[in-house]
Amino acid sequence: MKYIDEYRDPLLARGLLSTLESLAKRIGRLVTIMEICGSHTFAIARFGLRDCLPSSLRLISGPGCPVCVTSAADIDGMLYLAKQYEATIATFGDMLRVPGTGGVSLQQLRAGGAQVETISSAMEAMKMAEANPDQQFILLGIGFETTAPTVAATVMACRRKGIANLSVFSVHKTIPQAIRALIDDRALNIDGFLCPGHVSTITGAGIYELIPRAHRAAVITGFEPVDILEGLGMILEQLAEARFEVAVQYGRGVRPQGNHRARAVMNDVFAEVDAQWRGLGVIPGSGLAFRDAFAEFDTRRRFPIPVLPAAEAKGCECGSILRGVKSPDKCPLFRKVCHPANPLGPCMVSAEGTCAAYYKYYGKN
Amino acid sequence: MCIGFPGRIVSIDEDNMAVIAISDVRRDICLDIVDEEVKVGDYVICHAGYAIHRIDADLAKDKLEFLQELVDNEIY
Ligand code: SF4
Repeated sequence: MKYIDEYRDPLLARGLLSTLESLAKRIGRLVTIMEICGSHTFAIARFGLRDCLPSSLRLISGPGCPVCVTSAADIDGMLYLAKQYEATIATFGDMLRVPGTGGVSLQQLRAGGAQVETISSAMEAMKMAEANPDQQFILLGIGFETTAPTVAATVMACRRKGIANLSVFSVHKTIPQAIRALIDDRALNIDGFLCPGHVSTITGAGIYELIPRAHRAAVITGFEPVDILEGLGMILEQLAEARFEVAVQYGRGVRPQGNHRARAVMNDVFAEVDAQWRGLGVIPGSGLAFRDAFAEFDTRRRFPIPVLPAAEAKGCECGSILRGVKSPDKCPLFRKVCHPANPLGPCMVSAEGTCAAYYKYYGKN
Repeated sequence: MCIGFPGRIVSIDEDNMAVIAISDVRRDICLDIVDEEVKVGDYVICHAGYAIHRIDADLAKDKLEFLQELVDNEIY
């Protein structure tokens, strides 16, 4: 497969690994790098990269799994919508098995008769709504800057086509504000960030400027093994030379200025609001809510949700894991009680969740 | 969730929808938010049913060759 296979070339990977070794030696101290994005966490685990890296290089996983960072209150809101209203919930598959307060998930509600459909594109939800004009559809709008424009574009298409029976429960979040919170977190000591490739496709490189300003390295990185190893090398180079900047490793997927059309569509439909993240708390300006001009597409205005007493599963460490403070093996429930067939927290449900990646790819020891 | 994959555009219809090929698999992809002219034969990165980026083939090729050269010559 073009643009995939050549970035999995073992010889190239081996060459890059030996570079990492010599750079790590030159730096001569423990280096902590956070991969922000869940797709990086997954790729690093899948290709077994962690085990090949120099021992002085510590990789920690961050909050870049949108399902995982969705707050318990928002999950409960989704469950309330499915239970209380005569509407079909359209959701990306990842969300289906995330337990809300008390352990119930959308999947369980569906087994009990609630209307829940899985989709792989917002447009599919629009098509369902178009084909069933007498039925209300609620799209669960989850995701970062990569996904939010696709949802916004679908809303625009609904308006063009006069489709009035689809609304969106937006819990979209944006990345830069979360990075600020991570840099300021004293429990973490991050030297550099592997910045998410596909968020950057939309946003461009500018959103990460706060990272070099805080004297940390930032490299926008792709998702194949060669990409990740090269991205790590570029971070180590910045550290070795104490010269910090936002560098782009993933040039085939990111232009420095990003995708202005996708951003324009997103900004037409959504405005910044404060948002509650699992693990990170409320981060000002890090959520996306409907502008008044698109109020009729806003599920919250069409189907009111009361304030619900939300609580995360007892003992679940997802919050600390999303902040990079803990790794899954430090959660006493990991493997013993919590596993993919019985997930207690979203980090074990989503394929990009750190707990799920550890469960699948790292041995019991 | 932010998973994106590269695919080759096989056809484009009047609704701005494209069929793209990833190996033998075909997918329908909307072109509404890609911000460069795209045509049949171009590679695009797709996410959640939308093309979000046109891959510059020359740029990607040069970059990979450069990397290969560095590794081959043990400069890197
Ligand atoms: S292993 Fe399960 S309970 Fe522990 S942090 Fe992960 S999701 Fe939560």
